Amino acid sequence: MSGAELTREVARRVFASEFNDSTYAFKESDDERAPNYALLPTGDRANRVFVVGTLTETEDVGEESEYWRGRVVDPTGTFFVYAGQYQPEAAAALRDTEPPAYAAVVGKPRTYETDDGTVNVSLRPESIAIVDEATRDRWVVETAERTLERVEAFEEWEAEQEPPESGSTAPTNEYAKMARERYDSPVVNYRNDVIQALESIEGTQNPEPTT
Amino acid sequence: MSDVRQHADDIHDQFSDHIDVSVDDVEDRLSTLVDEYKVPMDEARRSVTNHYLEEAGLEREDISSGSSEHVNVEDVDEPEQWIDLTAKVIELWDPRSDSVAQVGLLGDPTGTIKFTKWAKSDLPSLEEGGVYELRNVVTDEYQGRYSVKLNSTTVIEELEEEIEVGDDTSEVEGALVDMQSGSGLIKRCPVEGCTRVLQNGRCSEHGEVEGEFDLRIKAVVDDGIDAHEVIFDKEATEELTGLSLEEAKEMAMDALDTTIVADEIADDIVGTYYRIEGPTFGRYVLADDVSELDGPADAEQLLIKARSM
Ligand SMILES: [Zn+2]
Repeated sequence: MSGAELTREVARRVFASEFNDSTYAFKESDDERAPNYALLPTGDRANRVFVVGTLTETEDVGEESEYWRGRVVDPTGTFFVYAGQYQPEAAAALRDTEPPAYAAVVGKPRTYETDDGTVNVSLRPESIAIVDEATRDRWVVETAERTLERVEAFEEWEAEQEPPESGSTAPTNEYAKMARERYDSPVVNYRNDVIQALESIEGTQNPEPTT
Repeated sequence: MSDVRQHADDIHDQFSDHIDVSVDDVEDRLSTLVDEYKVPMDEARRSVTNHYLEEAGLEREDISSGSSEHVNVEDVDEPEQWIDLTAKVIELWDPRSDSVAQVGLLGDPTGTIKFTKWAKSDLPSLEEGGVYELRNVVTDEYQGRYSVKLNSTTVIEELEEEIEVGDDTSEVEGALVDMQSGSGLIKRCPVEGCTRVLQNGRCSEHGEVEGEFDLRIKAVVDDGIDAHEVIFDKEATEELTGLSLEEAKEMAMDALDTTIVADEIADDIVGTYYRIEGPTFGRYVLADDVSELDGPADAEQLLIKARSM
């Protein structure tokens, strides 16, 4: 539970493959209390995300105090969820849940640099709830839809950029622009992940009749 | 009444407290500009208003913009606009400050909006259930919620007609991503008409009181594009959770702790998809009709789209 924020940040829907590529973090102002955003490669900012997947493994990786890591798997990859003493409810959920189980996680993206200099993205949970398969499937479809919307907007923007001398009538897409400056991986990858994710649940929903 | 006469009336109303002028005089000036010189009405109003401002030795601020527009409640989406409304007083609330004469909720067929009437504006009292023509009210915004302020230039006219109040119903579909503090088993101030939620047994207005138990949920339902704040009252909470107020009280009594109720409810609802319908009040949606979205999600259409992109 939390108190009311002045403007509540939306929980973005993003698959693990894109989430883990969201290595660039930024603020919109110099104010110390200004919210942090992860830059999604499909061209949006995320201060908060909502993910649903299979909790496959939990481990207390803390040294002095409890620090729980959970692996939450979706059709495209794995979210790494970390909860310690400042997230007591989420930590308790990771401690008490017997994997595998479907878990819905609301949380904030966090980036950290490893010893070899690579940037990893993890999820700091605000809440972890155990849910059912229907909720997982709904999330996959919803996340596919939101991701496609971002990809579409990105590609529209990109198409308008082609002739550089054509003036400034092109739609502005601040975060698409930022994403193209910061990231290398082509946006079409995330569309392919969407297809893969949808195929994975379509198969389970509409089994072929056996003859 | 002719168009020119109506505008003349409006202008006359703004000045009648300040200078001795007849509606006919105002109308003459307006019709000269509009009918003879073919000046657009806006411009004619501006010109005539300026004339009387000068005559009265007033500034434009003293009498409002003089170009208030008649709008519907749902159209209020900008602060500091001078507007006219035809609305019904749905509810009057207790003013929290001496500077406020009346505060409450107005409604028209398109929605509801809060109003404040300043004490110093010395306007007649509005009555609950009354329908009024309110000219020259000014819009205000606070944290995304709009309201209107009745001020010393506002003209209030009681109307005989009855108007149907629309409840601004909205439908929200998404995941319940957060349950906020002040949810679960709460205590409200028992003082007549107060009903404030107590913090540590205290009402912010009436101090320490013997509270009355109630159930409610303040939650955030989010579709990945917008985050909506949703309030479930006692009935909606009981229906959503299957937990009655009596059961909640027993649960809290057994645990010697009221927070157990909120924890139980949060476990039950956070992370679940819902469709919620209900009236909106500012940024809140009051949950009237709630259904859990637990049917299969349709991936096929989206798959076709993704493959064709
Ligand atoms: Zn009270």
